[in-house]
Amino acid sequence: MRFQLTVEQRALRDTVRAAVGRRAPAGSSGLVAPTRRSRTCHSPAPLSGMQVAGDSQLRLDRGMWRALGELGFFSLRLPEADGGAGLGLPEAVLAFEEAGRALVPGPLVATHLAAGVVPGADTGEVVVAAADGRLVEWMDEADVVLPGAEGAVAMRSVDPLTPLHRVPAPAPTDSVAVLLTAAEQLGTATRACELAVQHARTREQFGQPIGAFQAVKHLCAQLLVRVEPARAAVYAAAVTEDPADIAAARLLADEAAVRGARDCLQVHGGMGFTWESEVHLLLKRAWVRAQRGGGRTESEELLAAELTV
Amino acid sequence: MDLSYTAEEEQFRAELRRWLATVLPTLPTKPSPDDWPGRRAYDLGWQRRLYDAGYADVHWDASPTLRLIFLEETEKAGAPYVGAGFVGLLHAGPTIAAEGTDEQRARWLPPILRGDEVWCQGFSEPEAGSDLAALRTRAWRDGDDYVVSGSKIWTSHAEVADWCELLVRTDPAAPKHRGISWLAMPMDAPGITVRPLRTLAGSAEFAEVFLDEVRVPVGNRVGAENDGWRVTMVTLSFERGTAFVGEVVACRRVLRELAVEARKNGRWDDPALRRRLGALNAEFRALWRLTQWNVSEAEARGGVPGVGASVFKLRYSQVRQDLYDAAAEVLGEGALDLRAPWVVDRLSSLSYTIAAGTSQIQQNIVAERILGLPKGR
Ligand SMILES: Cc1cc2nc3c(=O)[nH]c(=O)nc-3n(C[C@H](O)[C@H](O)[C@H](O)COP(=O)(O)OP(=O)(O)OC[C@H]3O[C@@H](n4cnc5c(N)ncnc54)[C@H](O)[C@@H]3O)c2cc1C
Repeated sequence: MRFQLTVEQRALRDTVRAAVGRRAPAGSSGLVAPTRRSRTCHSPAPLSGMQVAGDSQLRLDRGMWRALGELGFFSLRLPEADGGAGLGLPEAVLAFEEAGRALVPGPLVATHLAAGVVPGADTGEVVVAAADGRLVEWMDEADVVLPGAEGAVAMRSVDPLTPLHRVPAPAPTDSVAVLLTAAEQLGTATRACELAVQHARTREQFGQPIGAFQAVKHLCAQLLVRVEPARAAVYAAAVTEDPADIAAARLLADEAAVRGARDCLQVHGGMGFTWESEVHLLLKRAWVRAQRGGGRTESEELLAAELTV
Repeated sequence: MDLSYTAEEEQFRAELRRWLATVLPTLPTKPSPDDWPGRRAYDLGWQRRLYDAGYADVHWDASPTLRLIFLEETEKAGAPYVGAGFVGLLHAGPTIAAEGTDEQRARWLPPILRGDEVWCQGFSEPEAGSDLAALRTRAWRDGDDYVVSGSKIWTSHAEVADWCELLVRTDPAAPKHRGISWLAMPMDAPGITVRPLRTLAGSAEFAEVFLDEVRVPVGNRVGAENDGWRVTMVTLSFERGTAFVGEVVACRRVLRELAVEARKNGRWDDPALRRRLGALNAEFRALWRLTQWNVSEAEARGGVPGVGASVFKLRYSQVRQDLYDAAAEVLGEGALDLRAPWVVDRLSSLSYTIAAGTSQIQQNIVAERILGLPKGR
């Protein structure tokens, strides 16, 4: 049992981190809102609150999407004969963790799952959205919507970087989608922990860094205490592909991301409550992902049933 | 990322399983939890069997992965837990192996492995618990002996121990972390009084130990004089790093038993309770994966557990309490009957966020040593 990242896996993680980091550097919305009419998700310039808060349509940056395609983000698990990298779920999980860490926008999971099924999805030429649970993310920007979105109604999304539609009947849950969502949540939770610690080290009150105060210290420690078991659970689920492992990974990762983003916001004080700080984007994205299929109720029921077999 | 085991490791597991299947049915019945002399005999008898079968040194000589397999399989098979051997096997032994002289290793390690001698841990004092380095028990030199006076508290199974890993102050003038030494004290030396303390679970699990001019040979000091704090850190990393592996397996078994019980008594139809048990299943699965992760990491680093153990301990101690609270939900008013299953375990679980360093202290360690936040006041 060598349950650690291999040299190749580390390299892959670093490559993806560097690539999405360029798109979405620390501070990391990765987005800009150039005009009220159309905002394109690509530039690393900071968000301007009022612009993003408007109702104009959020545009997905096709250049970024193709770049992710070139990187192999969507085709990672396709056989080499089909132009993929022939890698497995553990590698996909590492890539999605990095995407979650950088809050890369767009229907990443849907397009990744469509690679090999929808022509052009693998290279990032085609953007695929999908109904997942009761939600469709990025429907208006997608070229293809799977399995169709009968009766979809636009919402005014709480996450300024994820346009949402609601569908009347919940779509069936795909276990790989559940796992990749967990991986994204893990990345976001990790980011929340990093941001909280960074702020706690530098922000001074009462003549010392706030991280010297135990109340703050303990918030930060708990951030890590949620991240580490979630990470072990997500990685293990990627190796075993066992439905109960995947459900467990999802539960822990959802909690680590949602609770972690809240605690990160608390550590940031008033700054955390502003639109300019990145923290609310972490929290809102975590909320959106938590509503995807295979979320809390489903996972808990699955894990309860597993106890009696 | 690989969760499979090597052929050699699988062979170890298979042989251990076979051996357990033949030997466990021949064990005498377990003594009652309050019968400490009985428990000592029982636990040492088990250790002796392990020794004779060649499994005794798995705690500190085998690779971390073999140790993991050992703890997993023995717990699954319902074998006795280390019990009275806990301190000797899981932290005094490894400390002496790492820090002792050849002579000290030869004197103390074989009897621990053979199940001949029991150790206890004399670290905490009435005025020095979390602030361990504030300890005041004094030791001064008189010829070839230290003369020790003071008192210790919460000393688990002190009344049946042969030896005590004892922290004493050998230089009262030095800064508090600098004047401490680590001694092996024989528990039958004149001047030692052990007064058992009753725990909230009703048992006499630990004791107060009073030391009145107890003579301990200078040769019983492990590490240099006044260098005991560093040796203590080695001890604590073993205490937190390896102690809970078997317990995670045990908790997963309890959780399944709870599901069975809930289905029997109708509580399973309550979706809130059912989902709570499902969520606990997620927790213990994750803790098991984290254990495998930490073990693999230790393996890669040559065996010594890292501070990551504090992360594990924090989560585990909390979830263990949640588990037994869920058991109380399943039992309903039955949870008020001390004879019902899990009730005494529920009481005992309250110690998990205190013993081996409180959760508050663990959070300080995680924040300062892993996350690099500044030391507070
Ligand atoms: C079942 C059991 C078995 C034990 N066995 C042994 C044994 O065999 N040998 C041995 O030496 N010891 C043993 N102990 C002692 C154990 O290590 C101590 O109880 C523990 O370290 C806490 O010390 P204390 O009890 O003095 O609590 P205190 O240190 O008085 O703490 C009281 C409360 O204050 C909090 N607190 C203290 N300092 C801080 C701080 N700096 N920041 C934030 N909060 C703080 C604590 O978290 C706790 O909530 C055992 C304890 C138990 C419960």
